[in-house]
Amino acid sequence: MRPYDLAVVGAGPAGLACAVAAGRAGLRVVLVDGGPRLGGQYYRHAPPSYRATRPGVLHHGWRTFAALAAALPALDVDVRLRHRVWAAETAPDGLRLHCLAGDREETPVTFPAARLVVATGAHDRVLPFPGWDLPGVLTAGGAQALLKGELVLAGRKVVVAGTGPFLLPVAAGLAAAGARVRGVFEAGRTAGLAAHPGILLAHPGKLAEAAGYGLTLAAHRVPYRGRHAVVAAHGNTALTSVTVAKVDAGWGPIPGTERMVPCDTLAVGYGFTPQLELALQLGCATRTDADGGHIVAVDARQATDVPGVYAAGESTGVGGAPLALVEGRIAGLAAAGRPAPARLLRLRARLREFARALHAAYPVRDGWRGWLRDDTVVCRCEEVPYARLREALALGAADARSVKLLARPGMGPCQGRMCGYAVGRLAGSPEGLGHRPIAQPIRLADLARFEGDPT
Amino acid sequence: MNPLELVGASPEPPFEIVFAGTPVPAYPGQSIAAALQGAGIRAWRTTRVRARPRGLFCGIGVCFDCVVVVNGSATLRACLTEARPGDEVEPA
Ligand SMILES: Cc1cc2nc3c(=O)[nH]c(=O)nc-3n(C[C@H](O)[C@H](O)[C@H](O)COP(=O)(O)OP(=O)(O)OC[C@H]3O[C@@H](n4cnc5c(N)ncnc54)[C@H](O)[C@@H]3O)c2cc1C
Ligand code: FES
Repeated sequence: MRPYDLAVVGAGPAGLACAVAAGRAGLRVVLVDGGPRLGGQYYRHAPPSYRATRPGVLHHGWRTFAALAAALPALDVDVRLRHRVWAAETAPDGLRLHCLAGDREETPVTFPAARLVVATGAHDRVLPFPGWDLPGVLTAGGAQALLKGELVLAGRKVVVAGTGPFLLPVAAGLAAAGARVRGVFEAGRTAGLAAHPGILLAHPGKLAEAAGYGLTLAAHRVPYRGRHAVVAAHGNTALTSVTVAKVDAGWGPIPGTERMVPCDTLAVGYGFTPQLELALQLGCATRTDADGGHIVAVDARQATDVPGVYAAGESTGVGGAPLALVEGRIAGLAAAGRPAPARLLRLRARLREFARALHAAYPVRDGWRGWLRDDTVVCRCEEVPYARLREALALGAADARSVKLLARPGMGPCQGRMCGYAVGRLAGSPEGLGHRPIAQPIRLADLARFEGDPT
Repeated sequence: MNPLELVGASPEPPFEIVFAGTPVPAYPGQSIAAALQGAGIRAWRTTRVRARPRGLFCGIGVCFDCVVVVNGSATLRACLTEARPGDEVEPA
């Protein structure tokens, strides 16, 4: 296969903007995404067979997406959806992306490319609490994905909880689509950003967006409570209620404030964790972000320290779709050897400043440990209870890696993506459970087929 | 209001898949997880250690809570796998 000038992994806001910018600069691009449609998380939408006449009502900035998607056909951009990249490697003559095509056939495909942009986005960051493994408890992003991408409500009587401004679009979307949202419980302060009035005034668009969600919630009489957390979920085989408690500034539950809220669904999220597997495989340097997360380190051109490899969007720091769009464009231009206009660089700086302010306004506090009980499952895959983790820590496991060896959290199919953050915090290792060499699960037979024949 | 009305959707007619012997409607393009969830089925697997029910959690292919066996062989993530007419879905 003739090598592409540029391979872009991820067709979310960052990857789309990147592919369009690089295509317009004349590069021959392959844009690869595991999902069935363009858009990533932010612009996730229903299949065309649903014939939606108002596809943008669940989205902010739908027109931006429509314009990017419409620009692709005229450019030399080879769009490969349903292609999951499980490995990326550097070779003497360029880079190679190893993919599995199809959602169940899994045909191996390899794309050679001179340059690569990692725009793999993030997944929800979750914290364990008693009952969080009950059916009916799902991530805030999961509830949002089900609504935006499948037009299915996660439930009828829904509680939304966690921390950060993302809870608002999730709750507003569910309420507008017909769910009864019993409340939005923000463990931090609801006025998180009000502590930074200057930043809010500098971003009137964000203020308007937040006000829009506020209006929707008010219209549906959905209460939004700060310093409140869901500290337990209840039910026998499915969720029937949650315990909501007031929490102090450190997120410790305040005794006597607990109350039961009946619900069939809990959508919960404590921010996002960037997906770094491909960047790590390629040996890209990482650093710690303002929210304590592990991110790909990039320079002003979105270039990593590995020659020819760039990164953009949430993989370089959780900052939302507008920042992902700008970073993607800069990366696409850089990959084409074009300088980014100063205006774009200034916009990136402003949006990054906004992201930093959000991280400062909505930190995860350690009091969530007080929600755990001995039998609370921390690792969902291997069903490792909190008591076993504590034993490992008592035995002298001083970091997440030793805890993993002793108590085996993070050894299941999700490879620690779900529990890594919590285990890392419990063990005092901010980087979580560390490197995961394979980006997507792959059958051994497929792996064997690649040996010696990377085409 | 429901999500289909909200976006003004008029989906093509659903086809049938089968979950543990029960017919479940699925719209063309829908994932197996969404079809099950839409039919009110919220748990479709039992864990190995504690025999606890599981269904959808992350919704985007990361957590592996939602795995099912489709047509007797492949173990697949229901949230990533598009339903096809006649699919026989069993707990993994
Ligand atoms: C489930 C979920 C729902 C969200 N919903 C919203 C929302 O409604 N509103 C909001 O403001 N923010 C939302 N977010 C936050 C979101 O991260 C940002 O808004 C934005 O989408 C980030 O853009 P991005 O381009 O960096 O990454 P993404 O939009 O996440 O795009 C990354 C893309 O990379 C693909 N990908 C990743 N790894 C691979 C691989 N190995 N092989 C092939 N493809 C791969 C993914 O399929 C995805 O399409 C959500 C996040 C999550 C996790
Ligand atoms: S719900 Fe997490 S992988 Fe499907």
